Amino acid sequence: MCSTCGCGGEDASTRVTLVDGPQPHEHPHPHDHTHDHATRTVLLEQDILAKNDLLAAANRHRLAERGITAINLMSSPGSGKTTLLERTVTDLGDRRETLVIEGDQETWLDAERIRSTGRKVVQINTGAGCHLDAEMFGRGLTELAPPDGSLVFVENVGNLVCPALFDLGESARVVIISVTEGADKPAKYPYMFRTADLVLLNKVDLLPYVDFDVDLCLDLIRRLRPDVEMLAVSATRGDGLDAWQSWLADH
Amino acid sequence: MHELAITESIVDAIVEKVGDGPVAAVRLEIGRLSGVVTDSIRFCFGLVAAGTGLDGARLDIDEPSGRAYCRDCRREFALDDPIMLCDCGSADLDILAGQELRIVSVEVR
Repeated sequence: MCSTCGCGGEDASTRVTLVDGPQPHEHPHPHDHTHDHATRTVLLEQDILAKNDLLAAANRHRLAERGITAINLMSSPGSGKTTLLERTVTDLGDRRETLVIEGDQETWLDAERIRSTGRKVVQINTGAGCHLDAEMFGRGLTELAPPDGSLVFVENVGNLVCPALFDLGESARVVIISVTEGADKPAKYPYMFRTADLVLLNKVDLLPYVDFDVDLCLDLIRRLRPDVEMLAVSATRGDGLDAWQSWLADH
Repeated sequence: MHELAITESIVDAIVEKVGDGPVAAVRLEIGRLSGVVTDSIRFCFGLVAAGTGLDGARLDIDEPSGRAYCRDCRREFALDDPIMLCDCGSADLDILAGQELRIVSVEVR
């Protein structure tokens, strides 16, 4: 993107300009030998995430063209993402064709859990990677081949830090936090919560047994993202899942 | 450690633009509200640059401060805290600066 006005596609993303000719470099050290130290400055003015953002835009276009909704689910490990997803796809029944892309560093364990619900699922193993990016998501979509008008859930790598920065081209971002975590987590991981379209507070069936200040947590989230929607749910007991299904139906 | 992926993006983008030739220095702009840790970028850069024209290149990182405009009290103010709040209590802000994540320039030999 052009850094001046934000215009343009790939060709406009970078301006390569020779600013000045060969010049001696700056650091001082004895020159008891002769060699060519000339350097020239090349202006790039390029967004570091430009490539990812470009691929994300292509994914978004590809999904929109075919009426496919993609929901990016993000949370720390252990918040109940996979359990919520199992329950969600089961509750959806035949109402809408639903498919899943699972992201984990290693193993097919989560994909196998989803497959046992009868849904088509693609596993992306990131290896050393800590997040999904737009390129991985695009490859996952190609492998998954979702039909027109379908709903695709993307379970991102369990991590409240890194996935926040990488646009996949998804239709909406859902961040899940559970009451077995600290209520101050939104303050500790602000970037993730700032990108959320919906926050699900999961495991609320455990509230009587844990010291979790719901009001504090919701207040911290609102400070980061004033207009975000929030729902309290329990993927195991079923609390709030009707509201979650309504939200999905609206998207 | 998204800084590793970010650093790979930086090195790939530079090699794509200026080729495999030797690069003496790289100038980046990483805003204080960008969510990217510059120390981690420096750590990763040496590893990622190895074997490319950027091996041994000097890394200069500008870290612009954050600035925001409060839509409630219509005030512009400095902001370096990732919890983005105006003194008036509002979180309804336009972030004007501090989220930069850019490769500014390179010095090629």
